[in-house]
Amino acid sequence: MTTLLPTPKRKDPVKRTRKPSKPPGDRSREAQGLATMAASGRFALQVCRECKKTQYPPRQFCGGCLSDQIEWQDVSNGGKLLAETTLQHSNDVFFRDRLPWRLGIIIADAGPSIIVHLAEDCVQGQRVRMSLAIDRAGNAAITARPEKPTPQEEDDLQLREMAFDPKDRRVLIVDGKTEMGLELAKAFEKAGARDIFVGHSQPWRASVHLEAIRKMDKTTIYPLDVTDSDSVEELASMIGDKVEIMINNSYHLRMGGVLDRFDINTSHDEMEIHYHGLMRLAAYFGPVMRSRGADGHHGATAWLNILSAYAWVNNPQMGTYSASQAAALSLSQCLRAELADGGVRIVNTFIGPIEDEWYQLAPPPKLVPSTVARKIVESLKRGIEDIPIGAVAEEIIERLAENPKEIERTIKL
Amino acid sequence: MPNNNQSEQRLLTSLLNGITGGNISVVDLTMTLDRKVPTIVLPPELGQSWPFRMEEISRYDARGPASYWNNFSCGEHTGTHFDAPIHWISGKDLPNNATDTIPPDMFIAHACVIDCCAEANEDPDYLLTVKDVEIWEEKYGTIPPRSWLIMRTDWSLKKDPVEYLNLDDEGSHTPGPHQDLIPWLIDERDVVGFGCEAVGTDAGQAAHFTVPMPCHHLMHGRGRFGLPALTNLDKLPPHGSVLITPPLKIRQGSGSPVRVLALTEQT
Repeated sequence: MTTLLPTPKRKDPVKRTRKPSKPPGDRSREAQGLATMAASGRFALQVCRECKKTQYPPRQFCGGCLSDQIEWQDVSNGGKLLAETTLQHSNDVFFRDRLPWRLGIIIADAGPSIIVHLAEDCVQGQRVRMSLAIDRAGNAAITARPEKPTPQEEDDLQLREMAFDPKDRRVLIVDGKTEMGLELAKAFEKAGARDIFVGHSQPWRASVHLEAIRKMDKTTIYPLDVTDSDSVEELASMIGDKVEIMINNSYHLRMGGVLDRFDINTSHDEMEIHYHGLMRLAAYFGPVMRSRGADGHHGATAWLNILSAYAWVNNPQMGTYSASQAAALSLSQCLRAELADGGVRIVNTFIGPIEDEWYQLAPPPKLVPSTVARKIVESLKRGIEDIPIGAVAEEIIERLAENPKEIERTIKL
Repeated sequence: MPNNNQSEQRLLTSLLNGITGGNISVVDLTMTLDRKVPTIVLPPELGQSWPFRMEEISRYDARGPASYWNNFSCGEHTGTHFDAPIHWISGKDLPNNATDTIPPDMFIAHACVIDCCAEANEDPDYLLTVKDVEIWEEKYGTIPPRSWLIMRTDWSLKKDPVEYLNLDDEGSHTPGPHQDLIPWLIDERDVVGFGCEAVGTDAGQAAHFTVPMPCHHLMHGRGRFGLPALTNLDKLPPHGSVLITPPLKIRQGSGSPVRVLALTEQT
């Protein structure tokens, strides 16, 4: 059984906050392929098309037959723990801060033997399940846990470094006035978040969802308008040093493209909320979150943006909205690089139409916000970086990979 | 001619002497423009007026070592503002109906201030009627032509935007003029416009009147103006003050935020 996660205490005001550091290593171009698989939650390794050998670590050529015809394939994540060791010393700053550190060698069912970060309750000779995770430096790393889930396995301190588990962390949900905001608050409360801060703008507009959030145990409501630099700065000055997971669910959808609904004001509002809003949040919450990436076992860990899958390819029925989402996606990549030094990771969720008043006329399938919220929490626990949710987002990914010009010309609601 | 000049000189000199000597007070009737100034609330699918926002250009720093200045953005109808006739469809074809074409002498006019604080406090949907104005006139005399009719409600004391806008699921509940008052003010009293403390010159529920939004539809249709979101009206006498209300000279502007100044004479 995993040792229970220590309950977070209030900050000791006389103790220096541990500075963030990163585990070592630049990775080769081939090894970045592993990060691509990890980012989307897949367990995939290189498989040779010619001799069918599965290899690890990733290389440019097949280690068996020297063929360059190798591809990424989903493979079994099962294996057996051949050997294990516990590091008591390291010359690397990141590991020195976190010793002792457990490592193991797994004989994977897929073939290769793999050095992994090992969960506390793995036993030599027994079967394990592996995951492709992303470490604090943004590189892919393989972790192993016992084959069957064990109680409190998410409490494992070592593997918690490679996920964004909300347990005992403090979360800021940017917009509490939507059903999505309410469902996120519920999902994070269920996941054991320590505090849930919820923002809301335009206080004169009533919201049943916000009222429901107000009645929850762990929630505190704050004014927050992402179109207003002063408002963002004001809230950051109050709770910026407490936010460990940022959930940017800002949302402003208006149907229409360019020729049939030319309206700079509408697209201005979309950009203000989705693009400049993200920028304002980043400007005021980003630096303090980055500085707290190693602040104990509950330090700042993730910044999640809920984006539309139409950020990848413009849907002309909502053309200016799609463009503002693409802008936000691009900015999130900048933020990903800038937050990396603190080990705080950008997570992007991509969703299709949801059941709400702005997608009223969109045909099903539409996502219900509770599903999105549940998937978000699941994905954070697994440390996934790019999270497509629902059939529409998944279909867009597939079609973009297969035939990008086809989807560009035919996409519609 | 020389005599006329001398007479003008005397008038302006005595005005200035009054201001510097303290016999004439300059009262600021303007809300401070900041990010918290409420703007009119409309259904979200309609076009929206931008709130007041300000971004720093530089503050004696690398972006401009010697200067502090800002860019700001807002709708024409943000904070204390001037409504021009072109703002409403009924005034769209009138001559000189926009902020750049209204003759500038129209921006200086007498004010009649009707105190409706008690009524508005009792009923947020309170409507000012012809009868109310007639009662006021019995006390203070007939409204002179080319005056502003200013409805004082102390609504501007509500600093919380939730209270100020006072919305429920049937819309806003704020005081304003009765629809019958507007034609009477134009035809019988020849007012220059209507001013008040709420976010717009019409009452919160005015969209549901038989003549919807009368202060917009009828006033602007007859070339008159609006002056909403005033404050400090308690510092004005019921009559005798002069308002200075020049909007920004925006080409074909439908209005603009305005610094409203009142000159009041000490008695």
